Amino acid sequence: MTTTETPSTLQRILDYSSRADPYPLYAELRRTPVARQEDGSYVVSTYREITDLLHNPHLSSDTRNLSHPTAGAEEQATPAFINLDPPAHDRLRRMTMRHFGPPHTPGLVTGMEDDLTGIVGSLIDDLAGKEQIDLVDDFAYPFPVTVICRLLGVPHEDEPRFHLWVDDVVNAIDYNPKTDPKEKLEKGIQARNELRRYLGGLVDQRHGRPGGEDLLARLANDDGPDGRMTDEEIVATANLLLIAGHETTVNLITNGMLTLLRHPQVLQRLRHEPDLVVPLTEELLRYEPPVHIIPWRAAYSDITVADTVIPKSSRIMLMLASGSRDPNRFHEPDRFDPDRRDNQHLGFGSGIHLCFGGPLARRETQIALTELARRLDRPRLVADPPPYRRSPVLRGPVHLHIEQGDGY
Amino acid sequence: MTSADNLQAFKREGRIVVVGASLAGLRAAEALREEGFTGSLTMIGDELGEPYDRPPLSKQVLTGWVPAENTKLPRRREVDAEWLLGVPASGLDLATNHVRLADGREVPFDRVLISTGVRGRPWFVESEAALDGVFVVRTREHAAGLQRALAAGPSRVLVIGAGFTGSEIASICRERDIPVTVAELAPAPLVGALGAMIGEVAADMQRAHGVDLRCGVKVTRLEGDAQGRLRRAHFDDGSTIDTDVAVVALGGVRNTDWLQGSGLAAGVWGIACDTGCRALDLNGLVTDDVFAAGDVARCPNPIYEYRLISLEHWANAVEQAEVAAHNMVSGQADRWPHLSIPRFWSIQFGVNIKSVGVPTFADEVVVTQGSVPDHRFVAAYGYRGRVTAAVSFNNAKWLDHYQALIETAAPSPPPCPAPDQPADAKPVPVDFPGPTLLAQGATVVVTGHDPSERRVTAAYQHR
Amino acid sequence: MRVVVDLSRCQGYAQCAFLAPDVFRMHGEEALMYDPNPDDARRDQVLRAAAACPVQAILVDQLEGRDAPAEASPS
Repeated sequence: MTTTETPSTLQRILDYSSRADPYPLYAELRRTPVARQEDGSYVVSTYREITDLLHNPHLSSDTRNLSHPTAGAEEQATPAFINLDPPAHDRLRRMTMRHFGPPHTPGLVTGMEDDLTGIVGSLIDDLAGKEQIDLVDDFAYPFPVTVICRLLGVPHEDEPRFHLWVDDVVNAIDYNPKTDPKEKLEKGIQARNELRRYLGGLVDQRHGRPGGEDLLARLANDDGPDGRMTDEEIVATANLLLIAGHETTVNLITNGMLTLLRHPQVLQRLRHEPDLVVPLTEELLRYEPPVHIIPWRAAYSDITVADTVIPKSSRIMLMLASGSRDPNRFHEPDRFDPDRRDNQHLGFGSGIHLCFGGPLARRETQIALTELARRLDRPRLVADPPPYRRSPVLRGPVHLHIEQGDGY
Repeated sequence: MTSADNLQAFKREGRIVVVGASLAGLRAAEALREEGFTGSLTMIGDELGEPYDRPPLSKQVLTGWVPAENTKLPRRREVDAEWLLGVPASGLDLATNHVRLADGREVPFDRVLISTGVRGRPWFVESEAALDGVFVVRTREHAAGLQRALAAGPSRVLVIGAGFTGSEIASICRERDIPVTVAELAPAPLVGALGAMIGEVAADMQRAHGVDLRCGVKVTRLEGDAQGRLRRAHFDDGSTIDTDVAVVALGGVRNTDWLQGSGLAAGVWGIACDTGCRALDLNGLVTDDVFAAGDVARCPNPIYEYRLISLEHWANAVEQAEVAAHNMVSGQADRWPHLSIPRFWSIQFGVNIKSVGVPTFADEVVVTQGSVPDHRFVAAYGYRGRVTAAVSFNNAKWLDHYQALIETAAPSPPPCPAPDQPADAKPVPVDFPGPTLLAQGATVVVTGHDPSERRVTAAYQHR
Repeated sequence: MRVVVDLSRCQGYAQCAFLAPDVFRMHGEEALMYDPNPDDARRDQVLRAAAACPVQAILVDQLEGRDAPAEASPS
């Protein structure tokens, strides 16, 4: 009998050394579709079981239903709808959707097309003649951030301030009390409070000024069928959208360009078949999604999945990116196939918490990749794999160095 | 057709006839080609024109948004068929394997698929049904006619029957700001399909949207003027209303009349089949070369005690078509049973109503999630302690979970509450107005005494 | 072009109504109504909507641009 603790598959996935290629570890994880961890939490990694759970009303998104609330949990603050169950979730999401999409505002995303194309165009203009590009800093980050700031009504010049806060908040999402220094969590909480104070100030400015076009102004002054959001609710919502708008699309675009550079024949096709970008984006959401893990949900009551009973109040981790590579669901799941027809992936989740900004993220990515493919001059990867960000949850390269033109 | 060689020869150069060229017929034809059937394929349909989709006819067509002729079904692939359209089939001869057409032509087959569907049940007095302004809605011509009548700005529309179609049409009328009266014999709308609890919710929705809803009443007479235009409707409580448009929404009649004398187990309740969509003959024995799919088929469902159930559901038509097509070109060992859980939807008064399972197969119902007053909820149906169905109002994202409960015979009422279950939720009797799963009236007689001579003969009734 | 939505699969995610708002419209919070025969000018939007459907319920005609299937009548 050995007493040396071998790290579990999950621990190895969370370890930074597997960030560049977690997929073989996901395959290992899928041998036990619902795996109980030493700390009593459960990890679910197969497609069928993940989708079953995402449609199960006993799977709670509210930390207050956990027996051991997660570190960094937001119990003091008003939770955003991502961390709420019906009916509170439905009410806040519906009230926010009134200003973002159908049925109340159906034309918003299609109405942004010119704007999106304009921002992409000018960012790529700036890349012309540059032989060394960092796709993240030069393009994939500033593009969605500009978009979400305009949408929300956050002054773009404040970006350097909240960029740091967002980084610290995201760092603390997957805080592990066993392995992480406590400062990581404290920094996250402090940054979250700063960010909320900052957004609260913006909301204050909008009170009593109906007719404002941005989302904050609309939320602050709207009296729809569900009434008006409290300031705390508006701040929580804006906070969620700002972070999501920062941290997910940048990964999708960067992962997309990385994948295209690894599959030059697809990049070549995209130049001549711009329509390809539509199924290609779906395949990216399956093959290299921006969100790999739903780090926690709570069992509201005992939940049976794949013959395993998950006891009430247990923490459940859903490995979305693993589910989208499940060979029992997808034919040749480890192959990047932009022509894939059967592609009901988990890239944006499923069920009532399906990604709020999905349609915008899709259009941003489609426009970005089409234009990058069309306008970059013989782009080549400088390092493969590129350096990755820390997070195993919101996974993507921290930099993507590309050479173009004659180079060297 | 027993040996593998025979099957291969049939797939290569056999003759398949599909009677009924609507959704089920088209999807079956596509599936046959997808399965590798390269023989001759003949599509017989009583309506002219390509197969079209019917659900939009009572919704976006009636709002005036989509022209009725713009509902042609998209194709999944080429079917390379001979289309015999505009003439109904009038008979089926299983001794010589021919379909007879109303114009006298005979079409030979090796295997036949029957997907003749249903037609709208007409108003029971023929002269009143013929009045200008009296409609049923089944075909695109019907829908186009009713749309024109609604666009003309009628003073009031009378909808006779508050099932799904009737309720949807009433909803469109209100959306178009047309006064509408709904007359329903049962105590509430939708009650025959979904029971008393949901019926009450449906009644609230109608009244909240300004529908003049009259339940427990029967329309006894439609009265026209000298020009043959509808003017007034009379009810059995002695009251009348002035109206210039009446929509008869009393359900459908299965198109099985043409099968009289064919020897198939076909009647007003449909064509009895096994789960592989093979039709039964009058004696209840499975035939090998005759298949049925869609609204006209009546298949056993193992989940519901193997009862024979016919469903006028869109997804049922598609799925049965695929199963039937597969089985038509497969050997006995490779055949599929059609075992899917029924799914249905209706759009009315701004609410998406969806169901999974068979709500009429239930003795109790309980609200498991959401808020009934807000018209956002899920209700689970149970029969003898297990979940058999669920209905959602604007809560469709949860229904997959209830499908899993049905498939696993999970206990009813579901023991654990969800976060949004109403605090006062408790099971109530489902309360259907009649024995809905029982056939109405005798349709056959049995003769003979010795087991070798016992036989069934059809006893066709006048309706 | 021809489109059909399998509304028994549809769960009301409204992704199609975001991406092709003239073709797919929400009727209330969750119910979808759509134009089964949208103008060819909307083709790009419709294909984006179909690809984005989280339950893959939107079928677009696969015979687009080829000979229309025979509309034979009895002769």
